Amino acid sequence: MIRMENVTKAFGDNQVLQGMNLEIPKGTSMVIIGGSGTGKSVALKCILGLIKPDSGMIYVDGKDATKGDRDAFLARFGMLFQGAALFDSLPVWQNVSFRLLRGPLKRPAEYAREIAIEKLRRVGLKSDVADRFPSELSGGMQKRVGLARAIAAEPEIIFFDEPTTGLDPIMSGVINDLIREIVTEMGATAMTITHDMSSVRAIADNVAMLHGGVIQWTGPVSQMDASGDPYVEQFISGSAEGPIEAVR
Amino acid sequence: MNPLAALGGLGRAVLSLLATFGKVGIFAVDAISHIFRPPFYPREFFVALMNVGWLSLPVVGLTAIFTGGALALQIYAGGARFNAEAVVPQIVAIGMVRELGPVLVGLMIAARVTSSIAAEIATMKVTEQIDALVTLSTHPMKYLTAPRVLAALITVPLLVGIGDVIGIAGGYVVATENLGFNAATYLQNTVNFLETKDIVSSLVKGAAFGLIAAIMGCYYGMNSGRGAQGVGRATKSSVESAAIMILAANFILTGVFFSV
Repeated sequence: MIRMENVTKAFGDNQVLQGMNLEIPKGTSMVIIGGSGTGKSVALKCILGLIKPDSGMIYVDGKDATKGDRDAFLARFGMLFQGAALFDSLPVWQNVSFRLLRGPLKRPAEYAREIAIEKLRRVGLKSDVADRFPSELSGGMQKRVGLARAIAAEPEIIFFDEPTTGLDPIMSGVINDLIREIVTEMGATAMTITHDMSSVRAIADNVAMLHGGVIQWTGPVSQMDASGDPYVEQFISGSAEGPIEAVR
Repeated sequence: MNPLAALGGLGRAVLSLLATFGKVGIFAVDAISHIFRPPFYPREFFVALMNVGWLSLPVVGLTAIFTGGALALQIYAGGARFNAEAVVPQIVAIGMVRELGPVLVGLMIAARVTSSIAAEIATMKVTEQIDALVTLSTHPMKYLTAPRVLAALITVPLLVGIGDVIGIAGGYVVATENLGFNAATYLQNTVNFLETKDIVSSLVKGAAFGLIAAIMGCYYGMNSGRGAQGVGRATKSSVESAAIMILAANFILTGVFFSV
Protein backbone atom coordinates (compact mmCIF):
# COMPACT_ATOMS: atom_id res chain seq x y z
CA MET A 1 0.00 0.00 0.00
CA ILE A 2 2.83 2.43 0.87
CA ARG A 3 6.10 2.10 -1.02
CA MET A 4 9.22 4.24 -0.75
CA GLU A 5 11.81 3.83 -3.50
CA ASN A 6 15.33 5.24 -3.15
CA VAL A 7 14.13 8.28 -1.22
CA THR A 8 16.87 10.76 -0.37
CA LYS A 9 16.72 13.91 1.68
CA ALA A 10 19.47 16.23 2.90
CA PHE A 11 19.37 19.32 5.10
CA GLY A 12 22.42 21.32 4.06
CA ASP A 13 25.43 19.02 4.46
CA ASN A 14 23.47 16.54 6.56
CA GLN A 15 22.38 13.67 4.29
CA VAL A 16 19.52 12.23 6.35
CA LEU A 17 17.92 9.73 3.95
CA GLN A 18 20.31 8.12 1.50
CA GLY A 19 18.13 5.92 -0.65
CA MET A 20 15.48 4.58 1.68
CA ASN A 21 13.38 1.68 0.43
CA LEU A 22 10.36 0.47 2.37
CA GLU A 23 7.09 -1.29 1.69
CA ILE A 24 4.11 -1.39 4.04
CA PRO A 25 1.36 -3.79 2.96
CA LYS A 26 -2.25 -2.74 3.37
CA GLY A 27 -3.79 -3.35 6.80
CA THR A 28 -0.47 -4.06 8.51
CA SER A 29 1.36 -2.26 11.27
CA MET A 30 4.94 -1.26 10.45
CA VAL A 31 7.21 0.08 13.19
CA ILE A 32 10.38 1.93 12.23
CA ILE A 33 13.12 1.85 14.82
CA GLY A 34 16.47 3.61 14.84
CA GLY A 35 18.56 6.04 16.84
CA SER A 36 17.77 9.69 17.33
CA GLY A 37 18.43 11.82 14.27
CA THR A 38 18.47 8.92 11.81
CA GLY A 39 15.61 10.36 9.77
CA LYS A 40 12.59 8.38 10.97
CA SER A 41 10.36 11.43 11.30
CA VAL A 42 11.73 12.83 8.04
CA ALA A 43 10.68 9.63 6.26
CA LEU A 44 7.20 9.88 7.70
CA LYS A 45 6.89 13.56 6.78
CA CYS A 46 8.09 12.79 3.24
CA ILE A 47 5.19 10.36 2.79
CA LEU A 48 2.72 12.99 3.98
CA GLY A 49 4.28 15.66 1.76
CA LEU A 50 5.23 17.85 4.73
CA ILE A 51 8.84 17.56 3.52
CA LYS A 52 9.78 17.26 -0.14
CA PRO A 53 12.32 14.49 -0.84
CA ASP A 54 15.37 15.42 -2.92
CA SER A 55 14.93 12.32 -5.06
CA GLY A 56 13.16 8.97 -5.12
CA MET A 57 9.52 8.01 -5.37
CA ILE A 58 6.75 7.45 -2.85
CA TYR A 59 3.66 5.50 -3.85
CA VAL A 60 0.40 5.07 -1.98
CA ASP A 61 -1.83 2.40 -3.50
CA GLY A 62 0.48 2.37 -6.51
CA LYS A 63 -0.05 6.09 -7.21
CA ASP A 64 2.62 8.77 -6.97
CA ALA A 65 1.99 10.45 -3.61
CA THR A 66 3.08 13.85 -4.90
CA LYS A 67 0.44 13.97 -7.64
CA GLY A 68 -3.34 14.25 -7.60
CA ASP A 69 -5.78 15.95 -5.24
CA ARG A 70 -3.85 16.84 -2.10
CA ASP A 71 -6.91 17.23 0.14
CA ALA A 72 -8.29 13.85 -0.92
CA PHE A 73 -4.85 12.31 -0.32
CA LEU A 74 -4.51 13.78 3.18
CA ALA A 75 -8.10 12.86 4.06
CA ARG A 76 -6.96 9.22 3.99
CA PHE A 77 -4.39 9.85 6.76
CA GLY A 78 -4.52 10.33 10.48
CA MET A 79 -1.45 11.31 12.44
CA LEU A 80 -0.46 11.30 16.09
CA PHE A 81 2.40 13.76 16.57
CA GLN A 82 5.20 13.26 19.08
CA GLY A 83 4.07 16.17 21.27
CA ALA A 84 0.40 15.61 20.34
CA ALA A 85 0.40 19.00 18.48
CA LEU A 86 -3.02 19.93 19.83
CA PHE A 87 -4.30 23.40 18.94
CA ASP A 88 -3.97 25.48 22.12
CA SER A 89 -6.73 27.90 21.15
CA LEU A 90 -9.40 25.21 20.77
CA PRO A 91 -11.09 23.08 23.43
CA VAL A 92 -10.41 19.36 23.35
CA TRP A 93 -13.60 18.38 21.52
CA GLN A 94 -12.91 20.88 18.72
CA ASN A 95 -9.37 19.50 18.42
CA VAL A 96 -10.71 15.96 18.07
CA SER A 97 -13.41 16.82 15.54
CA PHE A 98 -11.33 19.49 13.75
CA ARG A 99 -11.96 17.90 10.35
CA LEU A 100 -15.69 17.63 11.02
CA LEU A 101 -16.05 21.32 11.85
CA ARG A 102 -14.63 22.76 8.64
CA GLY A 103 -13.80 21.90 5.06
CA PRO A 104 -15.40 19.24 2.86
CA LEU A 105 -16.22 16.90 5.79
CA LYS A 106 -18.05 19.67 7.71
CA ARG A 107 -20.92 18.46 9.90
CA PRO A 108 -23.25 20.24 12.37
CA ALA A 109 -21.42 21.23 15.58
CA GLU A 110 -23.64 19.01 17.80
CA TYR A 111 -22.87 15.96 15.67
CA ALA A 112 -19.13 16.78 15.61
CA ARG A 113 -19.17 17.11 19.40
CA GLU A 114 -20.88 13.73 19.78
CA ILE A 115 -18.25 12.11 17.56
CA ALA A 116 -15.50 13.81 19.56
CA ILE A 117 -16.89 12.52 22.87
CA GLU A 118 -17.25 9.03 21.42
CA LYS A 119 -13.62 9.07 20.21
CA LEU A 120 -12.46 10.43 23.57
CA ARG A 121 -14.25 7.57 25.28
CA ARG A 122 -12.56 5.21 22.81
CA VAL A 123 -9.15 6.35 24.04
CA GLY A 124 -10.18 6.13 27.69
CA LEU A 125 -11.06 9.76 28.42
CA LYS A 126 -14.28 10.90 30.08
CA SER A 127 -16.67 13.34 28.44
CA ASP A 128 -15.83 16.12 30.92
CA VAL A 129 -12.43 16.42 29.23
CA ALA A 130 -14.17 17.61 26.05
CA ASP A 131 -14.56 21.21 27.17
CA ARG A 132 -11.10 21.61 28.65
CA PHE A 133 -8.22 23.23 26.80
CA PRO A 134 -5.07 21.23 25.94
CA SER A 135 -2.97 23.22 28.41
CA GLU A 136 -5.19 21.90 31.22
CA LEU A 137 -4.33 18.26 30.45
CA SER A 138 -1.40 16.07 31.48
CA GLY A 139 1.06 14.79 28.86
CA GLY A 140 -0.57 11.35 28.78
CA MET A 141 -4.04 12.85 28.35
CA GLN A 142 -2.79 15.11 25.55
CA LYS A 143 -1.36 12.05 23.78
CA ARG A 144 -4.70 10.30 24.06
CA VAL A 145 -6.53 13.37 22.73
CA GLY A 146 -4.03 13.40 19.85
CA LEU A 147 -4.84 9.74 19.25
CA ALA A 148 -8.58 10.49 19.31
CA ARG A 149 -8.01 13.25 16.74
CA ALA A 150 -5.97 10.91 14.54
CA ILE A 151 -8.80 8.37 14.41
CA ALA A 152 -11.76 10.80 14.43
CA ALA A 153 -12.34 10.69 10.68
CA GLU A 154 -11.63 6.93 10.57
CA PRO A 155 -8.64 7.18 8.22
CA GLU A 156 -7.28 4.28 6.17
CA ILE A 157 -3.68 5.05 7.14
CA ILE A 158 -2.48 6.17 10.56
CA PHE A 159 0.99 7.44 11.47
CA PHE A 160 2.24 7.48 15.04
CA ASP A 161 5.35 9.55 15.76
CA GLU A 162 6.93 8.32 18.99
CA PRO A 163 3.58 7.68 20.69
CA THR A 164 5.02 6.76 24.09
CA THR A 165 7.94 9.20 24.41
CA GLY A 166 7.86 11.02 27.73
CA LEU A 167 5.17 8.81 29.24
CA ASP A 168 5.46 6.60 32.30
CA PRO A 169 5.50 2.79 31.68
CA ILE A 170 1.86 2.34 32.66
CA MET A 171 0.64 5.12 30.37
CA SER A 172 2.93 3.80 27.63
CA GLY A 173 1.28 0.40 27.99
CA VAL A 174 -2.17 1.97 27.79
CA ILE A 175 -1.25 3.91 24.62
CA ASN A 176 0.36 0.82 23.03
CA ASP A 177 -2.73 -1.28 23.70
CA LEU A 178 -4.97 1.47 22.33
CA ILE A 179 -2.94 1.72 19.14
CA ARG A 180 -2.98 -2.04 18.62
CA GLU A 181 -6.73 -2.21 19.28
CA ILE A 182 -7.51 0.70 16.99
CA VAL A 183 -5.38 -0.59 14.15
CA THR A 184 -6.88 -4.09 14.41
CA GLU A 185 -10.44 -2.83 14.86
CA MET A 186 -10.33 -0.25 12.06
CA GLY A 187 -8.27 -2.42 9.72
CA ALA A 188 -6.05 0.57 9.11
CA THR A 189 -2.52 0.57 7.76
CA ALA A 190 -0.21 1.92 10.47
CA MET A 191 3.31 3.28 10.51
CA THR A 192 4.88 3.98 13.88
CA ILE A 193 8.18 5.54 14.80
CA THR A 194 9.58 4.66 18.17
CA HIS A 195 12.67 3.99 20.27
CA ASP A 196 10.63 2.05 22.79
CA MET A 197 11.12 -1.70 22.34
CA SER A 198 8.05 -2.56 24.43
CA SER A 199 6.02 -0.46 21.97
CA VAL A 200 7.59 -2.31 19.06
CA ARG A 201 6.54 -5.66 20.46
CA ALA A 202 3.04 -4.44 21.32
CA ILE A 203 2.27 -2.58 18.10
CA ALA A 204 4.23 -4.10 15.22
CA ASP A 205 3.40 -6.69 12.60
CA ASN A 206 6.62 -5.77 10.82
CA VAL A 207 9.71 -3.88 11.91
CA ALA A 208 12.24 -1.83 9.90
CA MET A 209 15.58 -0.66 11.26
CA LEU A 210 16.67 2.72 9.85
CA HIS A 211 20.32 3.66 10.18
CA GLY A 212 22.69 5.67 8.01
CA GLY A 213 19.81 6.90 5.88
CA VAL A 214 18.82 3.41 4.68
CA ILE A 215 16.74 0.51 5.98
CA GLN A 216 19.31 -1.91 7.43
CA TRP A 217 16.85 -4.69 8.15
CA THR A 218 13.14 -5.30 7.82
CA GLY A 219 11.01 -8.29 8.70
CA PRO A 220 8.19 -9.60 10.89
CA VAL A 221 8.36 -8.66 14.56
CA SER A 222 8.48 -12.39 15.40
CA GLN A 223 11.87 -12.61 13.63
CA MET A 224 13.32 -9.44 15.10
CA ASP A 225 15.14 -11.07 18.02
CA ALA A 226 16.75 -13.64 15.72
CA SER A 227 17.38 -11.24 12.84
CA GLY A 228 21.16 -11.69 12.97
CA ASP A 229 21.50 -8.07 11.94
CA PRO A 230 24.13 -6.32 14.09
CA TYR A 231 22.26 -2.99 14.01
CA VAL A 232 19.00 -4.56 15.20
CA GLU A 233 20.78 -6.63 17.83
CA GLN A 234 22.59 -3.61 19.23
CA PHE A 235 19.38 -1.56 19.24
CA ILE A 236 17.43 -4.28 21.06
CA SER A 237 20.17 -4.85 23.64
CA GLY A 238 20.82 -1.12 24.10
CA SER A 239 24.54 -1.80 24.10
CA ALA A 240 27.08 0.97 23.51
CA GLU A 241 29.23 -1.57 21.62
CA GLY A 242 28.38 -2.30 18.01
CA PRO A 243 28.05 -0.77 14.56
CA ILE A 244 25.87 2.10 15.82
CA GLU A 245 28.17 4.73 17.27
CA ALA A 246 27.17 5.83 20.75
CA VAL A 247 28.54 9.33 20.14
CA ARG A 248 26.86 10.86 17.10
CA MET B 1 41.05 44.45 7.65
CA ASN B 2 41.13 43.21 4.07
CA PRO B 3 39.02 45.68 1.99
CA LEU B 4 37.96 42.93 -0.40
CA ALA B 5 36.67 40.80 2.47
CA ALA B 6 34.77 43.81 3.84
CA LEU B 7 33.28 44.45 0.41
CA GLY B 8 32.33 40.77 0.11
CA GLY B 9 30.64 40.92 3.51
CA LEU B 10 28.72 44.03 2.48
CA GLY B 11 27.67 42.36 -0.78
CA ARG B 12 26.43 39.28 1.07
CA ALA B 13 24.45 41.45 3.48
CA VAL B 14 22.83 43.37 0.60
CA LEU B 15 22.01 40.14 -1.25
CA SER B 16 20.55 38.63 1.90
CA LEU B 17 18.42 41.76 2.44
CA LEU B 18 17.17 41.67 -1.14
CA ALA B 19 16.38 37.96 -0.83
CA THR B 20 14.36 38.66 2.33
CA PHE B 21 12.46 41.45 0.53
CA GLY B 22 11.69 39.02 -2.28
CA LYS B 23 10.51 36.30 0.11
CA VAL B 24 8.32 38.74 2.08
CA GLY B 25 6.89 40.07 -1.21
CA ILE B 26 6.00 36.57 -2.45
CA PHE B 27 4.55 35.70 0.96
CA ALA B 28 2.45 38.90 0.97
CA VAL B 29 1.02 38.21 -2.50
CA ASP B 30 0.25 34.62 -1.49
CA ALA B 31 -1.36 35.72 1.80
CA ILE B 32 -3.55 38.34 0.11
CA SER B 33 -4.59 35.91 -2.64
CA HIS B 34 -5.83 33.45 0.01
CA ILE B 35 -8.23 36.11 1.34
CA PHE B 36 -10.24 35.76 -1.88
CA ARG B 37 -9.95 31.99 -2.39
CA PRO B 38 -12.15 29.49 -0.54
CA PRO B 39 -12.39 27.77 1.84
CA PHE B 40 -12.95 30.66 4.26
CA TYR B 41 -12.71 30.44 8.02
CA PRO B 42 -15.24 32.93 9.48
CA ARG B 43 -14.64 31.91 13.10
CA GLU B 44 -10.90 32.51 12.83
CA PHE B 45 -11.61 35.84 11.08
CA PHE B 46 -13.94 36.92 13.90
CA VAL B 47 -11.37 35.96 16.56
CA ALA B 48 -8.72 37.95 14.63
CA LEU B 49 -11.07 40.94 14.39
CA MET B 50 -11.46 40.92 18.16
CA ASN B 51 -7.74 40.49 18.82
CA VAL B 52 -6.49 43.03 16.32
CA GLY B 53 -9.30 45.57 16.57
CA TRP B 54 -11.38 45.51 19.72
CA LEU B 55 -8.63 44.49 22.14
CA SER B 56 -6.25 47.12 20.71
CA LEU B 57 -8.66 49.95 21.49
CA PRO B 58 -7.42 50.69 25.05
CA VAL B 59 -3.76 50.96 24.04
CA VAL B 60 -4.61 53.02 20.95
CA GLY B 61 -6.91 55.32 22.94
CA LEU B 62 -4.35 55.93 25.69
CA THR B 63 -1.54 56.53 23.20
CA ALA B 64 -3.67 59.00 21.24
CA ILE B 65 -5.03 60.97 24.17
CA PHE B 66 -1.63 61.54 25.77
CA THR B 67 -0.04 62.40 22.43
CA GLY B 68 -2.82 64.86 21.56
CA GLY B 69 -2.47 66.53 24.96
CA ALA B 70 1.32 66.76 24.74
CA LEU B 71 1.06 68.09 21.19
CA ALA B 72 -1.24 70.90 22.31
CA LEU B 73 1.21 71.87 25.08
CA GLN B 74 4.19 71.80 22.69
CA ILE B 75 2.49 73.85 20.00
CA TYR B 76 1.30 76.39 22.52
CA ALA B 77 4.78 76.73 24.02
CA GLY B 78 6.49 76.83 20.60
CA GLY B 79 3.89 79.13 19.07
CA ALA B 80 4.27 81.57 21.98
CA ARG B 81 7.77 82.39 20.74
CA PHE B 82 6.31 84.20 17.73
CA ASN B 83 2.82 85.03 19.03
CA ALA B 84 1.16 82.14 17.21
CA GLU B 85 -0.51 80.39 20.16
CA ALA B 86 -3.86 80.51 18.36
CA VAL B 87 -2.83 77.83 15.86
CA VAL B 88 -3.01 75.06 18.48
CA PRO B 89 -6.36 73.56 17.25
CA GLN B 90 -5.27 73.54 13.60
CA ILE B 91 -1.82 72.06 14.20
CA VAL B 92 -3.10 69.46 16.66
CA ALA B 93 -5.70 68.40 14.11
CA ILE B 94 -3.34 68.23 11.16
CA GLY B 95 -0.54 66.67 13.22
CA MET B 96 -2.78 63.95 14.61
CA VAL B 97 -4.68 63.14 11.44
CA ARG B 98 -1.88 63.30 8.92
CA GLU B 99 1.04 61.91 10.92
CA LEU B 100 0.89 61.06 14.58
CA GLY B 101 -2.43 59.22 14.54
CA PRO B 102 -1.55 56.72 11.79
CA VAL B 103 2.12 56.35 12.75
CA LEU B 104 1.58 55.86 16.47
CA VAL B 105 -1.36 53.52 15.95
CA GLY B 106 0.73 51.61 13.37
CA LEU B 107 3.64 51.30 15.80
CA MET B 108 1.38 50.27 18.68
CA ILE B 109 -0.20 47.64 16.43
CA ALA B 110 3.30 46.44 15.46
CA ALA B 111 4.15 46.13 19.15
CA ARG B 112 0.90 44.49 20.22
CA VAL B 113 -0.42 42.59 17.23
CA THR B 114 2.65 41.76 15.11
CA SER B 115 4.48 40.36 18.11
CA SER B 116 1.46 38.35 19.21
CA ILE B 117 0.85 36.91 15.72
CA ALA B 118 4.54 36.03 15.25
CA ALA B 119 4.86 34.41 18.68
CA GLU B 120 1.63 32.43 18.30
CA ILE B 121 2.37 31.12 14.81
CA ALA B 122 6.04 30.44 15.62
CA THR B 123 5.00 28.44 18.69
CA MET B 124 2.53 26.53 16.53
CA LYS B 125 5.36 25.80 14.13
CA VAL B 126 7.84 24.53 16.71
CA THR B 127 5.18 22.36 18.38
CA GLU B 128 4.20 20.83 15.00
CA GLN B 129 0.72 22.38 15.12
CA ILE B 130 1.24 23.75 11.59
CA ASP B 131 2.15 20.25 10.36
CA ALA B 132 -0.94 18.97 12.16
CA LEU B 133 -3.07 21.52 10.30
CA VAL B 134 -1.71 20.25 6.99
CA THR B 135 -2.41 16.63 7.88
CA LEU B 136 -5.97 17.69 8.74
CA SER B 137 -6.35 18.99 5.15
CA THR B 138 -6.25 22.62 6.30
CA HIS B 139 -4.02 25.10 4.47
CA PRO B 140 -2.09 27.13 7.09
CA MET B 141 -2.11 30.23 4.85
CA LYS B 142 -5.90 30.12 4.66
CA TYR B 143 -6.49 29.18 8.29
CA LEU B 144 -3.84 31.29 10.03
CA THR B 145 -2.66 34.04 7.70
CA ALA B 146 -5.66 35.14 5.62
CA PRO B 147 -8.01 35.84 8.59
CA ARG B 148 -5.34 37.85 10.42
CA VAL B 149 -4.33 39.89 7.36
CA LEU B 150 -7.95 40.67 6.47
CA ALA B 151 -8.78 41.59 10.07
CA ALA B 152 -5.81 43.97 10.25
CA LEU B 153 -6.66 45.48 6.87
CA ILE B 154 -10.18 46.30 8.09
CA THR B 155 -9.62 47.23 11.72
CA VAL B 156 -6.39 49.23 11.69
CA PRO B 157 -7.88 52.08 9.55
CA LEU B 158 -10.79 52.16 12.01
CA LEU B 159 -8.35 52.26 14.92
CA VAL B 160 -6.49 55.09 13.21
CA GLY B 161 -9.75 57.00 12.77
CA ILE B 162 -10.61 56.47 16.43
CA GLY B 163 -7.04 57.40 17.44
CA ASP B 164 -7.27 60.61 15.41
CA VAL B 165 -10.50 61.62 17.15
CA ILE B 166 -9.20 60.73 20.63
CA GLY B 167 -5.90 62.55 19.95
CA ILE B 168 -7.76 65.69 18.90
CA ALA B 169 -9.93 65.31 21.98
CA GLY B 170 -6.77 65.11 24.13
CA GLY B 171 -5.54 68.36 22.61
CA TYR B 172 -8.98 69.90 23.11
CA VAL B 173 -9.10 69.01 26.81
CA VAL B 174 -5.61 70.39 27.45
CA ALA B 175 -6.25 73.53 25.40
CA THR B 176 -9.61 74.36 26.96
CA GLU B 177 -8.79 73.33 30.54
CA ASN B 178 -5.17 74.50 30.85
CA LEU B 179 -4.43 76.95 28.07
CA GLY B 180 -7.56 79.08 28.17
CA PHE B 181 -8.99 78.27 24.73
CA ASN B 182 -12.69 78.70 24.10
CA ALA B 183 -14.27 75.28 23.60
CA ALA B 184 -16.59 76.20 20.71
CA THR B 185 -13.90 78.15 18.86
CA TYR B 186 -11.42 75.31 19.30
CA LEU B 187 -13.80 72.78 17.75
CA GLN B 188 -14.79 75.20 14.97
CA ASN B 189 -11.14 75.80 14.05
CA THR B 190 -10.41 72.07 14.08
CA VAL B 191 -13.33 71.16 11.82
CA ASN B 192 -12.78 74.05 9.42
CA PHE B 193 -9.09 73.35 9.00
CA LEU B 194 -9.19 69.64 8.20
CA GLU B 195 -9.63 68.62 4.56
CA THR B 196 -11.03 65.40 3.12
CA LYS B 197 -7.56 64.53 1.84
CA ASP B 198 -6.19 64.64 5.40
CA ILE B 199 -8.74 62.08 6.57
CA VAL B 200 -8.40 59.87 3.49
CA SER B 201 -4.61 59.82 3.81
CA SER B 202 -4.94 58.87 7.46
CA LEU B 203 -7.21 55.92 6.70
CA VAL B 204 -5.13 54.75 3.72
CA LYS B 205 -2.05 54.83 5.91
CA GLY B 206 -3.95 52.82 8.51
CA ALA B 207 -4.82 50.14 5.95
CA ALA B 208 -1.23 49.98 4.69
CA PHE B 209 0.19 49.77 8.22
CA GLY B 210 -2.34 47.09 9.20
CA LEU B 211 -1.34 45.05 6.19
CA ILE B 212 2.36 45.42 7.00
CA ALA B 213 1.86 44.57 10.68
CA ALA B 214 -0.12 41.39 9.99
CA ILE B 215 2.04 40.17 7.13
CA MET B 216 5.31 40.64 9.02
CA GLY B 217 3.89 38.79 12.04
CA CYS B 218 2.69 35.90 9.88
CA TYR B 219 5.86 35.77 7.75
CA TYR B 220 8.26 35.59 10.69
CA GLY B 221 5.99 33.18 12.56
CA MET B 222 5.76 30.81 9.61
CA ASN B 223 9.53 30.98 9.04
CA SER B 224 10.54 30.67 12.68
CA GLY B 225 13.57 28.66 13.75
CA ARG B 226 13.43 25.82 16.25
CA GLY B 227 12.88 26.03 19.98
CA ALA B 228 12.30 28.92 22.34
CA GLN B 229 15.16 30.85 20.78
CA GLY B 230 13.56 30.51 17.34
CA VAL B 231 10.24 31.84 18.66
CA GLY B 232 11.99 34.74 20.41
CA ARG B 233 13.99 35.63 17.32
CA ALA B 234 10.91 35.46 15.08
CA THR B 235 8.98 37.75 17.42
CA LYS B 236 11.79 40.28 17.69
CA SER B 237 12.45 40.33 13.94
CA SER B 238 8.76 40.69 13.12
CA VAL B 239 8.34 43.77 15.33
CA GLU B 240 11.58 45.39 14.13
CA SER B 241 10.73 44.80 10.47
CA ALA B 242 7.12 45.90 10.84
CA ALA B 243 8.12 49.12 12.65
CA ILE B 244 10.74 50.04 10.05
CA MET B 245 8.43 49.20 7.15
CA ILE B 246 5.60 51.21 8.70
CA LEU B 247 7.86 54.27 9.03
CA ALA B 248 9.15 53.82 5.46
CA ALA B 249 5.61 53.35 4.12
CA ASN B 250 4.53 56.46 6.03
CA PHE B 251 7.24 58.49 4.31
CA ILE B 252 6.24 57.17 0.89
CA LEU B 253 2.51 57.69 1.44
CA THR B 254 3.06 61.18 2.82
CA GLY B 255 4.99 61.95 -0.36
CA VAL B 256 2.19 60.49 -2.50
CA PHE B 257 -0.57 62.48 -0.76
CA PHE B 258 1.13 65.74 0.09
CA SER B 259 4.15 66.29 -2.17
CA VAL B 260 4.03 69.76 -3.60
